[in-house]
Amino acid sequence: MSGVEQEWPLYEIFVRGKRGLNHVHVGSLHAADDEMALRHARDVYTRRNEGVSIWAVRADAVVASSPDEKDPLFAPAGDKVYRHPTFYAIPDDVPYM
Amino acid sequence: MTDHHNAYDGLLGGDASQWAFGTDFEDPLAGVDTTLPEGADAAALAAYCLMLGDDALIYSHRLSEWASNAPDLEEDIALANVALDLLGQARLLLARAAAADPDAVPALPPGSPVPPEDALAFFRDEHAFRNVRLVEAENGDFAVTVVRLLVFSTYRLALVQRLATSRDPVLSAIAAKAVKELTYHRDYAGRWFLTLARGTEESRRRLVRGLDLVWPLHDELFVAHDVERLVAEQGVGVDPASVADEVDVLLEQVFSVSGLERPRLPRTGSVAGGTGRHGRHSEGMGRLLAEMQVVARAHPTGRW
Repeated sequence: MSGVEQEWPLYEIFVRGKRGLNHVHVGSLHAADDEMALRHARDVYTRRNEGVSIWAVRADAVVASSPDEKDPLFAPAGDKVYRHPTFYAIPDDVPYM
Repeated sequence: MTDHHNAYDGLLGGDASQWAFGTDFEDPLAGVDTTLPEGADAAALAAYCLMLGDDALIYSHRLSEWASNAPDLEEDIALANVALDLLGQARLLLARAAAADPDAVPALPPGSPVPPEDALAFFRDEHAFRNVRLVEAENGDFAVTVVRLLVFSTYRLALVQRLATSRDPVLSAIAAKAVKELTYHRDYAGRWFLTLARGTEESRRRLVRGLDLVWPLHDELFVAHDVERLVAEQGVGVDPASVADEVDVLLEQVFSVSGLERPRLPRTGSVAGGTGRHGRHSEGMGRLLAEMQVVARAHPTGRW
């Protein structure tokens, strides 16, 4: 069995719902290769009529921020309310703000 | 109110907010004319629906035995999905059989709420089932299951593609729904077949063994029963012999890409001149039915 990985690699799965505009992370699963990851995602995450499109990404290809960096990365944005466009009137016919 | 005769009641329309994810479920028989087509023999149509319905029902039950037993969680769910697709086809086909020939439905105690398709599934004895013997065989290991699913889904897909033009509007609608499902089943099985053939020495050995186990029951799929010939003549059904060449070419493609030869094995013989389509079944069938039917038979007036 030398050279055979005991565990399949992990994939992160993103699904775009029928009424959704973007792909949303729904979970993760194991698969032997990219194609199988798509099939597995179809079977595991879209069996209740949820989706119209799937992205599968190798989990080890995702670059993630570290929880240790939480304060320097995100805290500075916490008190800058003026960055939100809440001081403007939004016309009624502008969707998805 | 939920109507027992329509699995889609309660999922169609109404309040979508009760569902966490998908809605917009479709009733495959919505708007379909359910009267029998002119010139069609009702008893033959019913018998034909039982054949196609029993193939789906019995194979669905076999595949469902993989739940919690597959090599991993993802395969568990994949095989359960296939089983559920087939169970859905079985329900529609058995309901059509009951509508075409109410005399085919086993009698139940007065007041029993069991719908006719359930009566057909759970209250017929072994000799009344018309499925091919391929689908009742025990699962074996994962490789055997992959081989059997490849053979069955290739055969059934070719069949329902032709059935989609049936003169019976209900069979035509069921077939149109089944085409999409079986296309996925065949793709799933074909991919796994190649993966196992090109995998390790052990996976290839098991695949070859699976072929040897499944192949003797392959020929029976394409031998037409009198009923199948009759409904084909009436434009209602499909003669299975007419899909043999197409299935053969498709399977040959998978075999040649995998570098495998089709087994040269004699077909499983008939029993007293009959096969599965005549109600003559193999050893595993009795145990399968015992497990599948025991709860329903213990409570013939039960409400589920």
